[in-house]
Amino acid sequence: MKWATSCVARSFLKTKSSMFAFLSRRLVQAMLVMLVISVIAFSIQDNLGDPLRELVGQSVSEAERQKLRNQMGLNDPFVIQYWRFLKKAVLGDLGTSYFFKRPALDVILDKLPATLELVFGSTIIIILFSVPIGVFAAIYPKQWFLRLVMGMSIIGISIPVFLTAIMSIYIFSVELGWLPSYGRGETVELYGWTVGFLTRDGLLHLILPCTALSSIMLPLFIRLIRAEMMEVLESEYIRFAWAKGLSRRRIWFLHALKNTLLPVITVGGLQIGTLIAFTILTETVFQWPGMGFLFLEAVNRVDTPLIVAYLIVVGLIFVIANTIVDLIYGLVNPTVRLASSYSEGD
Amino acid sequence: MIAPAWRRFERSYLFYSFRRDQVAIISFTILFIFVLASFSAPLLAPYDPYDPIQIDIMDSEIPPVWMEAGDQRFMLGTDVQGRDLFSTILYGSRISITIGIFAVLLQAFLGISIGLVSGYVGGRLDNFLMRLADIQLSFSTLMVAIIFLAVFQALFGTELYEKLAILMLILVIGIAEWPQYARTVRANVLAEKKKEYVDAVRVIGLGSLRIMFKHILPNTLSPILVISTVQIANAIVSEAALSFLGLGMPVTKPSLGSLINSGFEFIFSGSWWITIIPGIVLVLLVLVMNLLGDFLRDVMNPKLYKD
Repeated sequence: MKWATSCVARSFLKTKSSMFAFLSRRLVQAMLVMLVISVIAFSIQDNLGDPLRELVGQSVSEAERQKLRNQMGLNDPFVIQYWRFLKKAVLGDLGTSYFFKRPALDVILDKLPATLELVFGSTIIIILFSVPIGVFAAIYPKQWFLRLVMGMSIIGISIPVFLTAIMSIYIFSVELGWLPSYGRGETVELYGWTVGFLTRDGLLHLILPCTALSSIMLPLFIRLIRAEMMEVLESEYIRFAWAKGLSRRRIWFLHALKNTLLPVITVGGLQIGTLIAFTILTETVFQWPGMGFLFLEAVNRVDTPLIVAYLIVVGLIFVIANTIVDLIYGLVNPTVRLASSYSEGD
Repeated sequence: MIAPAWRRFERSYLFYSFRRDQVAIISFTILFIFVLASFSAPLLAPYDPYDPIQIDIMDSEIPPVWMEAGDQRFMLGTDVQGRDLFSTILYGSRISITIGIFAVLLQAFLGISIGLVSGYVGGRLDNFLMRLADIQLSFSTLMVAIIFLAVFQALFGTELYEKLAILMLILVIGIAEWPQYARTVRANVLAEKKKEYVDAVRVIGLGSLRIMFKHILPNTLSPILVISTVQIANAIVSEAALSFLGLGMPVTKPSLGSLINSGFEFIFSGSWWITIIPGIVLVLLVLVMNLLGDFLRDVMNPKLYKD
């Protein structure tokens, strides 16, 4: 009896420690990526534009300029300047936007809700459509409607996001006049966040951008879920479930779907970067007042602190999201943890 | 020399399945006509969109022939600057396809070299390179390209940028997508490495480089061919997206993407053709390439990298 409990305890400890090792390894990797991003961001700041000219204008003499440069530490070696930048950045000070004359981080964070709303809306569309369509396309591969959808999906993959956006604007706003073509419409203030989901006008403004943003991912996920589901349905344990006489629904939606979603999580994690890039495109087309639109404006105005702040914020979102996806994957699929800790050994 | 090669191709399984696949035949024909037409643009196009003498601002925003206000001289209408849309699209697709092909050549060169070395040498180097590929891939090409080009443009000014645009686009799209090739090639190298012919050449005493490039590489060609079609399509889409954001080709020398961009604000005033027609051309081009890629993948059934 005693032996049994100690055995359980040991195995529990083992999984716990492997989870801990997995977690810490992922965290170290995330920190490294963030460090690289900060170096890139800093070297951009170092080379792009002159902070002194933005501060004092053209009318100051050269000698005074040099004095100011020394005072501001602009003549220090790269590493020292970088260290100073890093210390400030960790405390949330990313400089002041040249154009808005406000802290760059505040400017970016003001626009964050709009972008997140866009991403949230299209994620809902992707999940709502891709899971049922993918699953049923795998269960009934010969059904005409689902075959039509699969055929459409390759066309969907071939249409770039900005074209989907433009065409939908042309059809639904210009020709039919059903939906608004730009901006966020009416929004509500909620705990300091501006939300468009709660008003009718805001929702109408969300339809086209969210559909356009999801249009490229949707076919991808439908095809992925279909392919994985087909593979899972062929596997032994599903055959065993049939043999046990379980109901069809239970087999499809409980037993098979669970294992189908594993690779979907990985691919979903890989798509986060792409999704961020596509928000820039979508926001440009719809003049959506989000971070991506702001970033392109900042580039046109050579507003260096804002560009740098965007890179850091987006990099942070990206790294956090990726780490969370990795951790979820490690939680639901223990073999990942084991495999990666063994591979360290050899 | 050519005749026997052609005969061998004629008898191959690839050609056999091609002849039986209608979608593939149609896609290939469209693609062939496309490439031929765009590369003979100076001969085919009725006007030269780069020549300011042939452009008259009075001709701007004329709709296509089949519409009421259409003009016989301009089959697909004109854009905002008064350029013949048909000619501009021909020249534009030439730029798009050129960038696509050269970017993919660069990707293939980098990816194949890294993939070969990574798979053949293995160990720590392999671990490092593949982790790098993972990170690079998760950042997404478009993201990397947007940031790189945006910073470059802000750094050097628009004027210099417009001169270097083609080169920059090729470099950025080429460098950002190497992991696609590297992962596929590596997966194949790992399988090939275990085979006896590799042991045999190693026993003969050939050098690693020679084994990699002369003996292993030829056996990984079919997956390379399969991903290349899709990669060219992807590169063309990336280029179009970048040009649409104003980070790619300038309006004076438009690719399909910048043409779409230049007409975008005019769809609200009813001049839809400046945007929609180049858009349809772009979709068609990418679609036939994707369909051909699907066909090749089904026929050759190579060992592709699977997540």
